[in-house]
Order: sequence, then C-alpha cells, then structure tokens
Amino acid sequence: MLMTERDRVAGEIKNLADRLGHNRTALMPILQEVKAKYHRVDSYAMQVIADELGIHPVEVYSTSSFYAFLGDRPQGKFVIRLCRTISCDMEGKNRVARQLENDLGIAFGETTRDGKFTLEWANCMGMCDQGPAMLVNDKVFTKVTPERVHAILEDCRKVFGQHATERKEVHLA
Amino acid sequence: MSQLPTFTSMKAEDGLRKALGMPRPDLIAEISASGLKGRGGAGFPTGVKWNFAAAAKADRKYVVCNADEGEPGTFKDRVILQDHADLVFEGMTIAGKAIGAKEGILFLRGEYTYLKTHLEEALARRREAKLLGKEILGQDFNFDIRIFMGSGAYICGEETALIECLEGFRGEPRNRPPFPVNTGFLDRPTVVNNVETLAWAACILQKGSDWFKSVGTEKSTGIKIFSVSGDCAKPGVYEFPLGITVKDLLQQVGGAGAQAVQMGGASGLCVPASEFGRQIAFEDIPTGGSVIVFGPQRDMLDVLHNFLEFFVDESCGQCTPCRLGNRKLLEGVEMLKAGACSMAYLQELCALGESMQLASKCGLGQSSPNAFLSVMKHFRAEFMGRTHGFVNA
Amino acid sequence: MSTPALQDPARRTPASQHSLGIKPPPAPEAIGGQVTLSIDGQEIKVPLGTTILEAATKMGIHIPTLCHHPDLCVAGVCRVCSVEVEGMRTLQAACAFPVTAPIKVKTHTQKVRTARRHIVDLLLSDHYGECYACRRNNNCELQSLAREHGVDFFRFGHPVKPAHEIDGSSYSVVRDLNKCVLCRRCVRTCIDLQEVGTIEVVGRSDRSHIKPFLDKPLGEVVCINCGQCINRCPTGALHAQDYTDEVWAAIDNPAKHVVIQTAPSPRAAIGECFGLPAGQALTFELNTALRRAGFDRVFDTNFSADLTIMEEGTELLLRLKKALLLREPAAFPQFTSCSPGWVKFLEHFYPEYIPNLSTAKSPQQMFGAVIKTYYAEKHGIDPKDIVTVALMPCSAKKFECNRPEMDSSGFKDVDYGLTTRELAKMIHEAGIDLPRMPKSDFDAPFGTATGSGVIFGATGGVMEAALRTVIELVTGKKVEDLFEHADIKPVRGFEGVRYVELPITEVGPVPEILAHLFPHWAFLKGQTLKLAVAHGTANAKKVMEDIKRGGPMSKCHFIEFMGCPGGCIGGGGQPIPTSPEIREARARAIYAEDSAYAVRKSHENPDIGRIYQEFLKEGPCGHRSHELLHTHYTVRGKYIE
Repeated sequence: MLMTERDRVAGEIKNLADRLGHNRTALMPILQEVKAKYHRVDSYAMQVIADELGIHPVEVYSTSSFYAFLGDRPQGKFVIRLCRTISCDMEGKNRVARQLENDLGIAFGETTRDGKFTLEWANCMGMCDQGPAMLVNDKVFTKVTPERVHAILEDCRKVFGQHATERKEVHLA
Repeated sequence: MSQLPTFTSMKAEDGLRKALGMPRPDLIAEISASGLKGRGGAGFPTGVKWNFAAAAKADRKYVVCNADEGEPGTFKDRVILQDHADLVFEGMTIAGKAIGAKEGILFLRGEYTYLKTHLEEALARRREAKLLGKEILGQDFNFDIRIFMGSGAYICGEETALIECLEGFRGEPRNRPPFPVNTGFLDRPTVVNNVETLAWAACILQKGSDWFKSVGTEKSTGIKIFSVSGDCAKPGVYEFPLGITVKDLLQQVGGAGAQAVQMGGASGLCVPASEFGRQIAFEDIPTGGSVIVFGPQRDMLDVLHNFLEFFVDESCGQCTPCRLGNRKLLEGVEMLKAGACSMAYLQELCALGESMQLASKCGLGQSSPNAFLSVMKHFRAEFMGRTHGFVNA
Repeated sequence: MSTPALQDPARRTPASQHSLGIKPPPAPEAIGGQVTLSIDGQEIKVPLGTTILEAATKMGIHIPTLCHHPDLCVAGVCRVCSVEVEGMRTLQAACAFPVTAPIKVKTHTQKVRTARRHIVDLLLSDHYGECYACRRNNNCELQSLAREHGVDFFRFGHPVKPAHEIDGSSYSVVRDLNKCVLCRRCVRTCIDLQEVGTIEVVGRSDRSHIKPFLDKPLGEVVCINCGQCINRCPTGALHAQDYTDEVWAAIDNPAKHVVIQTAPSPRAAIGECFGLPAGQALTFELNTALRRAGFDRVFDTNFSADLTIMEEGTELLLRLKKALLLREPAAFPQFTSCSPGWVKFLEHFYPEYIPNLSTAKSPQQMFGAVIKTYYAEKHGIDPKDIVTVALMPCSAKKFECNRPEMDSSGFKDVDYGLTTRELAKMIHEAGIDLPRMPKSDFDAPFGTATGSGVIFGATGGVMEAALRTVIELVTGKKVEDLFEHADIKPVRGFEGVRYVELPITEVGPVPEILAHLFPHWAFLKGQTLKLAVAHGTANAKKVMEDIKRGGPMSKCHFIEFMGCPGGCIGGGGQPIPTSPEIREARARAIYAEDSAYAVRKSHENPDIGRIYQEFLKEGPCGHRSHELLHTHYTVRGKYIE
C-alpha cells in the first residue's frame, strides 16, 4: 500500500522527535528540519509535532510565527533574503531590491507562482562591511549589485533544473 | 603589535590545559582579575557571572555561547567564529570547568547557517584531540558542545529570550530576577556569554590577566573587537584597546569627515562630530563593538527611520512600552520626514522614549529609543519645519 | 483517605509567563526567612520571595495592574505596575519582582507616574472603540486605569477604524481583537489554568495578536467554550454570545409562552452585578424580577438537578450491578456529564473514554426536554409555542443547547442559554432594582427543590448530592447517620482533585422506585466506593492522564468533573471579576442555601416522585427517561483540518 504524504510527514516527525526528544526543547530543531525539507510547516505537520512533544498545536503555531525563518506560509525552493538594515541600506540595497522584484516578477513577501523563489526582507545579517548582502537559502552573497542579481538567479535556476526531481537540494548542510 | 594582547597571535589549547590544572576558584579569580566585561554590549563582569553560576547548586549547569549576533552593524562574532572557532570553544570549555557544567550550547543565529559545517568540523577535531568529550586531556572533566540554530529573531540575543528559544518557546525575555545564573536553561544555572567574551576568556587563561589588562582603561580593560561599517574607506573588523576615542578610531578606519557615528548598533548611541573626543569604554560610550559611520551626505532622519523600522519589526511584542512605543517613535520620524510634526508632539515622543528606557521589560525596549533620543538631541534643528521630500544637500 | 499524588503533566507554558522563571513560587516556609522592605517610606516584613505587589497590597498601597490576575501565573508584560526600586537604573514590574533583599521601593515618583501614564496612553492608542459603546463599560480595567491616571486626551492618538473583524463563529465566546490589550490573561487561562490550548500569541512585535490555531475562527478549532478567558479579560475583547435580543423578542411575542429556569450559581452571584458583595444569593428576589421582566414561568433548575441525580445515580448503580452481579464488563469510573465544558474537553482530548461518561443529560437539558413534554402536556400548551430559556453561569451551556442531538422533545429542548451577565443586563434594562425586589417562590409543578440541587453549583456538589441519594437508597439508612447534618464535607473544598472512599458495610432493601432494576443490594455489601472530584480542566487532565496510566484514579467508581475552576460558581458566564476569594464567597452562599432547605436529598423531592409516577413511569433509566433525559456524545478528537 502506498503511504500517503501525510503518513510520511508524520513518520518523519516521529523519527525526529525520537532523535531530538519528545519534549518542547526539540521544537525549534524539528520546525527547522521540516521547514527545510518541505519548504513549509503545514497545519497537519504542526499538529503532529504538537502531539509528539506533548504540547498544543496552537503553541507550535505561536512559536513558529515568532521566528522570521519559520511561520506556516509555504515558501519557494529558494528563499532570497535581502538585508534591509542600515549599512546595507546605505550601500544601495534599494536598487538591488528593485532588480530582484523585476527579475522575479514578485514583491517582497511573495513566492513565484512556480514555487521556485520566495523574496523576503531580512534584518541585519552581519555582513555590514560587505553590503548589500543577501542570503539565498543558507548561502550568503555580498556586495550584491543590481547587475549581479540576474546571474545569481540564473545559477539558482540551474541548480533547480538539475535536481528538479529531488526534494532536498541545496538546503541543509 | 606583538606585545599588544590581540587575537591575531592566539591559538587555542594552552588556555584549557592551564585551566584544567587550576582549582575552580583560582580560575574564576583569574578571569575576575582581568576585568573582562561582557563583550556583547551589556558589559557585565564575566568573573562575577561565572562566580554566581559556580556558587549555584544544581544537578546540571549549562554554558551557552551567544552567537545570535544581530545588532545592526555588528559582524565581529561571525569573523571570530570563522577564524578563531577554537578559541571560542576553548572559552566555553573553560567556562564549563569554572562553573561545573558538562554541556555547552552554541546558539548560532539562523543567518549564519553557512558557518555551521565549519563549526561542526572544528568541534569534531576537538573531540578527536580529547579537547571535548569525556575525560578532557586525560583529566576528570567531561564537557561537550552542541550547536543550536536560531531562526531569525534579533531578540534572541537577549540572554533570557535566547534561553526561551532553546527551550522551544517564543523568544520573549523573561522577568528578571531570577537571573539565568541561577535559573536558566531548563531551570538550571546557565552562563550565557558572547562569542568574543568566551574567546577572550581562553586568551586570558593562556596569557594571564595582566597581559589582558595591559591596555584599556581602569574600568574597561583589554582589547575590543570592533565591527566598522558605513561611510568609511576601510570597513571591517578591528582590534582597538578600550578607551580609544571616536576620533582616533575614525582616523584608523578612514572615516574622517563623518557627521556622526552610531556606537553600539541601532540600540546604541548616535555620537555627533562635536563629541568625537569621547572615549569608547563602558564608563563613557559603552559598546558591543558596532561602529557605523555616517558621512556628511547622510540624512539622519533616514538613518533613524531605518533603525526604528528594525525595532518595530524585531520587538518581541510582549511588553507595552516596546511593542507600541517603537511604533509611535517610527510614526514620529515619518511625520518629521513629511514635515508634519509639531514641536510639542516631538517633546511628547522624547518623553515617551525616556519612559520606554525606564519601563520596558528588557534591554531591547530599554535601548531602542537611544538612537531616537540622541539624534533628536543633536540634530533636531535640521528636522523641524521640513517640507515634504526634503533631501539633505 | 488522602488524595493520591498525581503526576503533573509536562510543563507547557512559556517560562516567561511563570513567576520566578519556571517554578511556581516556593512556599514561604520552604525558603524560610523573612525580609523587611520599605514601600513609600513604610516598612513591612514579608516572607522571602514575596512580590513587591503582594507586599504593597498587604500594606494597603495600591499599585495599578493590568496583566496581573490572582488566578494566573506572573506575566510582567503590561508594565503598568512599574515602580522604582532604589539603586536600579530601570523601573521594575511590581507583580514580577520577588523581594529577596531589604529594598526600598517608591510607587508614585514622577518617573513612575509618567511611565504609567505613557503606558496607558499607548494602550489607548491601540484600543479601538468608545467606552459608552462597550459591554464592559464601567467594568473595564483599561477604563479604570485611564481614569486613575487622569487620561483626558489621546496623547498618542486613537484608532478611528477597527483593524480586526469580530469573530462570532463560536456559539459561546466572541473575540473582538480591536479591544485586546495583549495582557495575555486569556492565554494563561486557556493554557495554564484550563490546559485546553485554544489561543496563543501569534506573530511578533506590534503585529502580535491572540489567535486560535492557524488563525481559524474560534468555532472551528478545539475550544471547550468554558469562557474562563472571558472572566479574566480586562476589557471587552472577549465576551459571551449575547442572546438577550432573542429572549426579549420571545417575551414581547404574546403567542409565546416563555419559561426560564434558573441555576443556583447565577443566583448566588448576580448580586455582584448590582453592587452587592460576592456571596449574597438573590434566588427569590430574582423570581420576582423575572416575572416583572415578563417571563411567564420561573422554574428552578434544582428540580432537574434532582432528576439528574436520580438518573445518573441509577446509572452508576446499574454499572455496579453489571460489573459485580452480572460479572460483565462495565465502563468505570463513571464520569459526570453535567458540565458541558468538561464534556467537550473529553470529546476532544479523551474520546476513547466516552463510554465512561454518564449518558444522563445535564440538568439544563433535562429541564428543557421535560418542559416541552411533561409540562406542555400537563398544562395543555403546544410545545412549539414554548420558549425555554436557561439562566446559567456558563458560556458552554450556549453550545450545549445548540448540540443537534438535544431535541428529544421533538423541538430544541432549550432555546436560549443566558449567562448571569446577560440576565443582569436585561434586568438593568427593565429598570428593575434586583436587590430590593420582594421575594417570591418558583412556579409549580417544579416548585419544590432540594438542597442537593443547589450544591451542584460548587465543585463536589454533584458528588455530594449523588452520595446523599445513593447512600440512602442502598443502605436504607439516613445520610445524617454517617455525616453530620448530611454535609459530606470530604468532597467539599477547592483542592484541585479530591479523593474519597466510602465503604458499604451494610445494605438495606431495594426501594420501590428501583425495584424493577435491582433484585437486591447484596452485590454491594462489603464493597468500597472509590470516588473523586476534579474541577478545572487542568485538574481533569491530571486525573485522565492518571487513569490512562492505570494509576489510583483508574480504580475509582465515580468521578465528578467540572470544567471550570470552583465548579459552576466560577463559570464562564458569571460576573466579572473572578478570584479565589470571590468563588469562595459564592460557594459559601450556595452551601448556606442548601442548609436552609427543608428537603435536602434528591430522592425525597416530592415533585421528583410525581414525575416518575405520572410521566416517567418506567422509573429512572427507563425507556422514556432514556429517550428524553439521556444523550450520546461525539468523538471529536483534537486534530482539525
């Protein structure tokens, strides 16, 4: 019998909890892993997590909503986070932002319709001496210029093309 | 620079070997004698912190390294973790020995995920070398370190919020007292130290407290690592002795001609050119090491706007003054930018800022109005009566 | 016979919301030692660990609060209670600052006054609505703070448009986030006090709001409708669904015969809405007021409470017979089913234990069914013209009467459930001065009620009432012979979980009313009845977890569960505010009323005897009883789509 997607997610969460502990201290790492793998933590996953950790689903929802990298919204395979804080701002992040929006055809906070890219703002990411900086998933790009945006996106698309059938590609170390 | 107590020359291991040979009180006394103060910005004496945790009785204790470097303009911890991870881990191990902990946790901010592999490798090497794990260096001392990833919340740099996050909660600061040194992670005594603090602790054990305090001022000993960005010729990470004047610092980083410098990040102070003679030290301008230089072409209202947007977004939202106060300050800046703020209302906002400093629950809300208040103090004349769309010439 | 120690469920509340970090504050004697502190120049000696707020209250010094609540753990989030502590750079939250050293506190310096004023100004800048258009007008903590701090203008503005839609999806609880001040009292109530976990803070910064799971409407998530959040909301952000307009419309319609049943708990508390101190029951004044307001008949829910005891007690005896005499499997312990909050809690979290729930309906629903059948028949009124209203201390009763299965009379058994607060509003609206009403009796044919029905209102009351009846029916002896004045004190009190053992040393003849069900009581002789009482769903959870583990609670025969802390007197429809002291006062009023009744045992109620003679002729748990007075439950589970 084929396992349904739900059973699979539930099984994986259970394994994670077995490894990390069936208590609340395991919540953040579990959320991080589920998010990295499935690009979102959906309603069902949250309820399974709550069950495994002995807490209420609303507590999982509440906690994940607190953190910029979590939350329940689905995200693209590539999450692009452009730093908007002061030093990057002074180095011209606005032009990079505009170019990202133009090249992706979406605004900040949105995901492309093909589910490949999500564009988000980030607060200071500790690259102030090399701004404007941005993260593509876990990879950091510095001194980004509007001209470089296109090349970076193309590289992502290539990776995506090569591994189109794989679920986890450039995400976890 | 060889006689200066700098990082560049340091290598790990000797400090730990020494520490393991010392009785715990002597170890803590060495740190206390150095005058080392928290390098994250709060400036709490490290020796005192360790002493509290050492004195607390519990079945387990924890050492947490705070690598949730999120203060705007700060990136020195990233560089330390990249280039001197061993010093940091050694500092954690020494802290473990000092307070009687067996477990260390490196809280790494989610934005630094790309450092994780490198750090895991460093940990593996140390385990291999018997510098971590069971019976470290053949002595009766067990200690290991794991990495815990943050997920994008500036507030987790506050130590009790960090602990909440470790426990799987929203990163909302706790009521203090009790303090983490008594009731920290999972209810146990927990020492939370900044990356740089722990690295210095390793150095101090190696070279002695006299070496460390050979520079700096009486109240602010040693070298501080600075993150310099903004309008200067040579942004980057610098080692300067505490007590250095803003002017001297600017000279070295190629930032002469600045109209103002933001010291200590968005939550720090905005120092105008007229005060560049002041010292960077806990007794004068306290700092976590962030220096953002503003050249003469910058509109300080834009700067303030950026800072307040940051705080509005990063406030945890639990306490009233911070949750709503930062929003009001931001709206105030928007009114000023639009040339639509009365002097009376500006005064109300300044008074509100002072109330936020006094009544907010944690350091974020207590310090987020700093920039607003210092900019309003020094640059007010430029802002009043602006017309819409003003751009500083 | 002490209550066995139960394991605490895993800690699940944010540590920041606990006093002293994580642990509950240690008992003063545990830390030992006292400390002298000075507040505004006056000195006081308190146990170490006392908060500044507690010390100040002891001295009669008022420190304003908002997020603080006597039933809940410390939050320290509103910062309204900020005070100056000598030697500290910042102000400290008096509610969250444990005194461990001889500190000097000042509660109203210029800094403190300004900061508090700013905090109130900020809260008002984010609080939509005008006081005169709010149901919490004159009973609002934010309004009081504004008054205390001399707010005479909106320093930082005031919203002119609502930012949130009102969530009226639940039959019981309405959420209006526009008025929310994020004190998180509801969150601490729902998660700590009740262990239900319906709502939490969602989001961060000034975008954080109190929301159910996935921001779904309250009616679609796991909520037991207990309304405890309403009782602890300082503003109008949470309130009960209001059915007063519908009830007025029924009263105004001459074709409708509007009857109201009043439960004991609202009668013991409604005076609080008319300026009386807690603990003064206005049962008979209320009868007059209700008639003047326009209700056609006023009945006493105690009647159906007595009926519940007959049915539920018989059910228990039947289960015992099944297990002990017939040696067949029977679901033990039997759980009470009067509290709709508890019932829904079980349906969500422990649906596998539904067979343990008594099938007897709650008194409210039994009465509704009886009114639209027995009463209608007896008085020749077409049941479709009868509107049954229930005055309950409870918001969950609104959900209960809307359960689709509650129509065994052929009609909706109970049309409207009103809370104490709604009825007080109606009485105010009718210009009736309730405390000064002359007393009058309930209407026939349910005019006699017993003390057993009255004590249903307090935790342990159902157990006590059941025991009074079961003991007498089984042993043939008087309860008074076992317990002085028939007060079964071991089941009373406010301890979260109470456990009682009752050995049956001798049995009597089977009384006539049960003769067709039981040949003899011999199977009970020598048995020890094991009984427990739990109130508040957090305690219920402890008991249920113990049962799941096979602990001492699983050996019980009968367990009384009440959804709300304190039982119905602490119900989610009761007057606001609530506190342990207020609930104790209401309970005292209830037990005093019980003492004063001539008949104090359900089976001795002559009206009960009559209904079994005239209408429920097959006796308790007979066919007609089953049809009208018993119900079934729904497996809900805790997963939602």
